[in-house]
Amino acid sequence: MTQSQLRIVIVGHVDHGKSTLVGRLLHETGSLPDGRVETIRAASEKRGVAFEWAFLLDALQAERDQGITIDSTRIRLKTPGRETVVIDAPGHKEFLKNMITGAAAADAAVLVVDAVEGVREQTRRHGYLLHLLGMTQVVVAVNKMDAVGWSQARFDEVSAEVAGFLKGIGLTATHVVPLSAYVGANLTARADQMPWNDGPALVEALASFHPQPGLADMPLRFPVQDVLKLDERRIVVGRIESGRLRVGDELVFWPSGKAARVATIEGWNQAAPAIGAAAGQSVGITLDDHIFVERGHVASHGLASPCECTALRANLFWLSREPLTVGSRWRLRLATAEVWAEVAAIEKVVDVEDLSAANATQVERNAVAEVLLRLRGTIAADTFADNPRLGRFVLVDGHDVAGGGIVTATDLETGRQGVPKSTNLFPVGHRAPLEARWALNGHRGGVIWLTGLSASGKSTIAMEAEHQLLRKGRQVYVLDGDNIRQGLNADLGFSPDDRAENIRRVGEVAHLFAQAGIIVITAFISPYRADRDRVRAIRPGNFHEVYIKADVEECARRDPKGLYARALRGEIPEFTGVSAPYEEPETAEMVIETLGRSVEHSVAALLDYIDRSFVLKAGEAAGVGG
Amino acid sequence: MNDLDALESQSLHILREAFSRIEKVALLWSIGKDSNVVLWLVRKAFFGHVPFPVVHVDTGCKMPEMIAFRDRFAAEWKLPLIVGQNKAALEAGMGPHQGRVACCEALKTDGLKAVVAEHGFKGIIAGIRRDEEGTRAKERIFSPRGVQAEWNVRDQPPEFWDQYKTDVPPGGSIRIHPILDWTELDVWRYIQRENIPQVGLYFAKDGKRFRSLGCTPCTAPIESPAASVAEIIEELSGTRVSERSGRAQDRESEDAFERLRANGYM
Repeated sequence: MTQSQLRIVIVGHVDHGKSTLVGRLLHETGSLPDGRVETIRAASEKRGVAFEWAFLLDALQAERDQGITIDSTRIRLKTPGRETVVIDAPGHKEFLKNMITGAAAADAAVLVVDAVEGVREQTRRHGYLLHLLGMTQVVVAVNKMDAVGWSQARFDEVSAEVAGFLKGIGLTATHVVPLSAYVGANLTARADQMPWNDGPALVEALASFHPQPGLADMPLRFPVQDVLKLDERRIVVGRIESGRLRVGDELVFWPSGKAARVATIEGWNQAAPAIGAAAGQSVGITLDDHIFVERGHVASHGLASPCECTALRANLFWLSREPLTVGSRWRLRLATAEVWAEVAAIEKVVDVEDLSAANATQVERNAVAEVLLRLRGTIAADTFADNPRLGRFVLVDGHDVAGGGIVTATDLETGRQGVPKSTNLFPVGHRAPLEARWALNGHRGGVIWLTGLSASGKSTIAMEAEHQLLRKGRQVYVLDGDNIRQGLNADLGFSPDDRAENIRRVGEVAHLFAQAGIIVITAFISPYRADRDRVRAIRPGNFHEVYIKADVEECARRDPKGLYARALRGEIPEFTGVSAPYEEPETAEMVIETLGRSVEHSVAALLDYIDRSFVLKAGEAAGVGG
Repeated sequence: MNDLDALESQSLHILREAFSRIEKVALLWSIGKDSNVVLWLVRKAFFGHVPFPVVHVDTGCKMPEMIAFRDRFAAEWKLPLIVGQNKAALEAGMGPHQGRVACCEALKTDGLKAVVAEHGFKGIIAGIRRDEEGTRAKERIFSPRGVQAEWNVRDQPPEFWDQYKTDVPPGGSIRIHPILDWTELDVWRYIQRENIPQVGLYFAKDGKRFRSLGCTPCTAPIESPAASVAEIIEELSGTRVSERSGRAQDRESEDAFERLRANGYM
């Protein structure tokens, strides 16, 4: 009951049976009020028309009269385990804006294809739009199987046709399900009529889908909706679109670039004030400094900021009766920002029938195009690939939304990447228990201790892993051998004693970082087993030894800093692997063999280990209030 | 975030959007559970404040318990309350005996239009939900109304990615529906979680309770032993009877409710 809902949109060509499918699904899953089917049957009889399952959805008189769906509708479906919201979208080309209204709100889609007719114009258009809207969870329902005698051969034919088309637009169907909505076959249970089919029934296929992926794990994007002045307070309100924020965080507001810290997270009728909030939450915060903030600004953490741009490249779908032409001007709205935009170029218009692209000087209603927009002001944006919430916009014509687009590029000649104002992202409150920090971060802290020969790949792997973890919103920091030796340990050399002291200090620092809730990755040769074991002993449960394995010959061959060559010439005394020993770990939590493997492969293996080992256990996530 | 958190967050976002983007907004307060929840959400969105008027359209035949509830909490919560009434129609003897739909139009729809015209409201916040009824299921969160408050149901504007229609053409207005995606069960679960006061008529006495509140002549109680919020939640979790089954005006004809709404009903 408390799980998040899954929202599924039903799309496809007109008359391929979308509303019939939804009506029948409601009936089969027991989601309808008592007497609803009887009421509709009686009303149909009174009007002298045959009962149709679609009448359950088509609530408007005009819809029942014409036997088509005009506007999308949303209905809760009782499915085992979680609640599903079914969005029935119209298939008629005339009502594409209503189809988009439905599809843009969904986590997953069912593309309905008539087994007799196969792929038709709106099948292609809807498929293409699903792709454009970033939909990745798609089931194809081959409907009206009763009308083709439950024929496996016909099903295979239609499946191949759909799969071929979807592949062309870069979309993959998770399942292709043969069914008959009219008969109610293969909806909730596998159908006797199709013994040849060993795939799931539709409801089973839908059960494999997930609500929106982890926006909370992405970098912070907090678009300012309003600044409320209440009771002497200045409260910045808005919804966190991605990432997390907490009291004490330094936020940078774009496009101004001004920074201030979160002083409080405001609430009403709450037991205790919240100290953190995450993606999806509508919050109000106060800042510790009186910087100028207004609607349209986007707050991020210093690192991983959005792009400040005055031009955008975008894939766009057009809904207005008035065509989009080069030189035309529209109000562009992206998150809470609004700015005038001029169409600088129409790069191509896509024909959804055969997916061919053509040059054109204007984009007609219901068409899809690639365009370049020049803005009359600066806004903060991301590409859709980097952040779906800050990478999509609408164009407004007078009072109405005229089209929508997803940003494919922001780093155009006039765009520039925001400059981090501060890297101090790690506020410390000493009365806070470690678990509270973990809950706020959304992951545990700890030490990932990379050990291995010089040139084995420790630093490269550590830096790339840090980069990827940061992008996922993890609190992570790399302690690198060369960097530490230039500062904290500048007084130490390479004798066994100095090496031991070097590792001891690094070990202490690493554990302090871990106590602050951070994933700390160290990249030190640390050749002696006893030194590593001493570091482990500081907090054994938080220490993960990872052996980056590559033999001396291979490392000497790589030798990026030319050290092996110098060591072999005798220019560097006590060089590990040449003139000083390296003691291989005996109890490492993980061994990454780098010989013959790419850096990507090694990093992926390490990230997989970190994801598994640093995930919050049941109960630890509690306390992230809002 | 659980499902109630997600619904609450969406509603707060909608209310703040309405307040930030539309010049003059008002909350329509029917004293029923849904608009009580919206009122609560307004106080949450604005940290205890109600920054715009709260409008009650009094048909003159609302149940006395509802009026008592209104007056008590309007005072307790210091609400900027405006009570509207179509006095001319009441004086002319309008009532359900002249046809339930005609009565609703005169006392509720026209009563609302008069308040909107008098105060120049551009946005009206209403606590309708998709699961109540088929035409409401097709509504927009920000739903434009014409000069006569009419709803052009066959040509609604697109609404996606939380980019709402907040620009009002001259003479028109916008209905804002912050709990459109909630269900009846969600509303009661939220009432339970937040401990939101409700009119006593919702709770069973002598085996009967009201599931939906309206005017005395057109609203019937249902058979139910549910005498507390917890018992109502329990009852609704298993029910297969529709919520507006006690509301007579919906059943005058197949499209009675659609026609009411197209003409400006909530």
